[in-house]
Amino acid sequence: MEKTQTTLESTLESVDKAETLVVKEADKAGFDEDEQQQIGMAIRECMVNAVVHGNRYSKNKQVHLEIDRSKETLSIVIGDEGAGFDINSLPDPLAPENLLRQSGRGILLIKAFMDEFDLHPRPGGGTEVRLVKNIPKS
Amino acid sequence: MSVKLASRQVGDVTVIDAAGRITLGEGASAFRDMIRDLASKGNKKLLLNLGEVSYIDSSGIGEMVSGFTTVTNNGGQLKLVGLSKRVKDLLQITKLYTVFEVYDDEAEAVRSFH
Repeated sequence: MEKTQTTLESTLESVDKAETLVVKEADKAGFDEDEQQQIGMAIRECMVNAVVHGNRYSKNKQVHLEIDRSKETLSIVIGDEGAGFDINSLPDPLAPENLLRQSGRGILLIKAFMDEFDLHPRPGGGTEVRLVKNIPKS
Repeated sequence: MSVKLASRQVGDVTVIDAAGRITLGEGASAFRDMIRDLASKGNKKLLLNLGEVSYIDSSGIGEMVSGFTTVTNNGGQLKLVGLSKRVKDLLQITKLYTVFEVYDDEAEAVRSFH
């Protein structure tokens, strides 16, 4: 098991940084280019949620990123220090009346690209998401 | 690389050539500004060429939808051409294939406005 842990500032640069870090691990895990981009996009969407909606770009709040790579899975945990978030409050982005909404598609994309997605309160405050992608058997 | 945008006329159709990444921040903002600017100048036939776009996130998708609404509310049309498989997949996942008219070929897309 390879583990990487880092703490990031609440900026859009951190979104790019997290995406790059995870895509590098996805490459090492043996995912192909399309899968790497999908994983990267899922990370980007989670990071944007953490930086923009969770921490609201606060200089006093951090985003916590943990990447675990085993033989079977690539697992990523992203935590923010925001006010918390109720996933059930999100309108269904696929409902006909919501198709023309500008936002609200991030979690749909995350679920489409990852094998597991779990969102829960972070111990100590904020929100934590856990993403898992199963590594293809070679 | 962030997004690069340029517009050109093909008859009365305004083609917007986009290249690079359309993501939250500079890329999505530039994209939004260009569509709004063209729409406000009275351009009613807009064709968005995504042939060189390597990556769009949900913010970029949101700006495409917003642009579609802006142009449609002005009495115009916004159509798409040159989508990579990855962008097509995103439109499938988000069901936006049911919203946008999508073409593979630019000449065919231009003809569809007439």
